[in-house]
Amino acid sequence: MSETIVSIRNVTKSFPGGVKAVDNVSFDIAQNEFFALLGPSGCGKTTLLRMISGLETPTAGQIVIGGEDMALTPPNKRPTNMVFQSYAVFPHMTVADNVAYGLKVTGVPRDETKRRVAEALEMVKLTALADRKPDQMSGGQRQRVALARALVKRPKVLLLDEPLSALDAKLRDEMRLELTRLQENVGITFIIVTHDQDEALSMASRIAVMDRGAVRQIATPSELYEHPSSRFVADFIGKVNLIEAQVISNTAGALVCEVKGLGRLELPTASPAAGTIAIAVRPEKLKIGTSEPLAANVIKTRGKVRDVAYYGDTSHVVVAVDNGPDLSVNVQNESRLGGAGVERGQEVWLHWSPNDTLVLTE
Amino acid sequence: MWFMSFGEKAVIDGEISITEIDITGTLANYARSFDPLYLTIMWKSIWISALATALCLATAYPIAFGICFAPAKWKPYLLLLIILPFWINLLIRTYALIAVFRTQGYLNLSLGWIGLGPFDMLYNNGAVIFGLVYVYMPFMVLPLYATIERLDKSFLEASLDLGASQFTTFLKVTVPLTMPGIISGILLVFIPCLGSFLTPDLLGGANAIMIGNVIERQFKAANDWPFGSALSFLLMYATFGALALRSLFARRSKGVDI
Repeated sequence: MSETIVSIRNVTKSFPGGVKAVDNVSFDIAQNEFFALLGPSGCGKTTLLRMISGLETPTAGQIVIGGEDMALTPPNKRPTNMVFQSYAVFPHMTVADNVAYGLKVTGVPRDETKRRVAEALEMVKLTALADRKPDQMSGGQRQRVALARALVKRPKVLLLDEPLSALDAKLRDEMRLELTRLQENVGITFIIVTHDQDEALSMASRIAVMDRGAVRQIATPSELYEHPSSRFVADFIGKVNLIEAQVISNTAGALVCEVKGLGRLELPTASPAAGTIAIAVRPEKLKIGTSEPLAANVIKTRGKVRDVAYYGDTSHVVVAVDNGPDLSVNVQNESRLGGAGVERGQEVWLHWSPNDTLVLTE
Repeated sequence: MWFMSFGEKAVIDGEISITEIDITGTLANYARSFDPLYLTIMWKSIWISALATALCLATAYPIAFGICFAPAKWKPYLLLLIILPFWINLLIRTYALIAVFRTQGYLNLSLGWIGLGPFDMLYNNGAVIFGLVYVYMPFMVLPLYATIERLDKSFLEASLDLGASQFTTFLKVTVPLTMPGIISGILLVFIPCLGSFLTPDLLGGANAIMIGNVIERQFKAANDWPFGSALSFLLMYATFGALALRSLFARRSKGVDI
C-alpha cells in the first residue's frame, strides 16, 4: 500500500460528564484513499473527523498528518480542509469571495489567488455563478462552493462531514459520482463521515465502521459486505438474516452446527467458533422455489410466505421457516408479469449455498 | 409642542405673560438654535454620545460573546446580571456612581490604601461618558447577544479551518455577520445618550453640559417653552436623519444585485 498520510494512534475523546465519544481508536489512512467513517449517529465519527481537522482536541492519543504530530497545531495551520455538514458558506460574500477567502487570509498573491479561484470554480462547474451571493443558490450549488473553497487550498486531506445528507435523493446520486470523479482528478485523500451505508459502499475505497466510540472493522466495501467480522457490522451494512446456532463440532475448517428449524448444517469456515454463534446470510443469496431444489450440497428448508413487499426491480419476501426463524429473501422481478412468483400464505422451498453463509462469533 | 416651537410668549396688557404662549408662526426660535453657543453644545453632545457609544460597544461585545459561549446553565443568570440594573431607579444608580467616584468616595479610599490619589474623578466629561456607558450598557449587550447567539458557529470554524487566525476570523466573519446587532445596539445607545440630561447634570457639574440639559432648562428654569420645543425638534430631526442614513446603508449592504 502507498504511503500513510493520516495516522490515528490510540485516540480518545471524553466530553465533560464522562461520555467517551471516541475510545482508544487507532488506524492509518493511506495517501490518495477515499476513506469513509461509517456508523450510526452518536458513534463518534464526526468527533473523530473534527479531531483530525483540529476543531476538537483529543483527550489522549496522537494524530499524525503527513508525518507530523498535530497535537499543538491549531486548525488554521493544519494541511486539512473541511466541507461542513451545513456547508458554512459565508452569506456575506459572493461565491468567488468565498472561494478566495482561504487564500486571501494566508497571503497568497492576488493574481495567483485569482487564477486558482477560477480553476476551482471551473472544477465544480460554478464559473457562471461566481458573483452570486449564497442566498440565491440551491443546496447543491452551495455545497459545490464549500467544496471549491476547501479544494482551492490544496490540502493534503479533505474532510467531508455528511456531505450529502442535506440533498434530495436525485442530487445525492449525482454528487456521489461527482465526488468520486473529483477525488480521482485532484489526487487528494478524502475522509468522509456518513451514516448512510450506500454512500460509503459506493464511494469509498476503504471504510471504517464505528460503533459507540470504537472502530469495529476496517475493510474495503466488498470485504465489509461479504466478510463482516461481527454481527454489528453484518447488520449495519446492508440487510442480513442473522440466525442463532449451536456449534456441535468444528474440525479442519468444517463446522457443524445445529439451527432451530433448519437442522444440522455443515459450513466451511476457518473460524475457531464454538458454543453459541450467529450464522448470517444475505437476502439476495437465498433462492426461493415452489418445489424441492434438486441441487446437491445446498442448505434447504421449507417455509410459508409471510409477506411480500414489491420494490419495482426486486421484491422482498419474508418466509417463516417451519418451527424456525423468519428469513428475508430478495427476488429479482425478471418478467413484467408475475412479480416475485409467490404469494402470501404459499408453501415454498428455500435454498442457499453453504459458501454464502457467514459464521459470526462476535 | 411642534406648534409651540413656532410661538412666542404672549403679551397681555403690555406685560410679557409667564404662562400664555401665542403661536405666531415665527422662526425666531429655530434661528436662535443655530447660535454658535448652542451649536457648540450640540457638537459636544454628539461627540460625548459617540464616544460613550463606542466604549459601550467595545465593552459589550466581549461580554455578549462571553455569555453566548458560557455553559448553557449559566446563561440565564449572566443575562439576569445584565438586566438587573434596570430594576433600580436611574437616579439611585447615578447617585451610587457619585458615592463611588467622589473625592472621599470608595474608589479614592481604595486607591488611598495603595498610596495613590485622591483623584478628581467627578464633574468632568470623563465622568459623564462613564455614567452614560454604565447606564446604557444593557441596551448594547442585549441586541449583540441576540445576534451572536443566532450566529451559526460553523462559520467561525470554517474560517479557522481555511487558515484564518482568530483575529482575522473576528474581523472578516464575526463582525460582518453580527452587523445587524451592532447597528441596533449603536442606535439604542446613541439616541438616548444624545438626549440625556440627568447623567450630565449629576456627574458633569457645570462644565459638562449637554443639549439635553439646555432643553431641560428652557422648560424649567428659563421658562421658555417655545425655544425648548424648537431645540427638541431639531434634535429629533437630527436623529431621524441618522436613522434614514442607516436604513439607506443597510439596503445597500444587503446587495440587491442579481
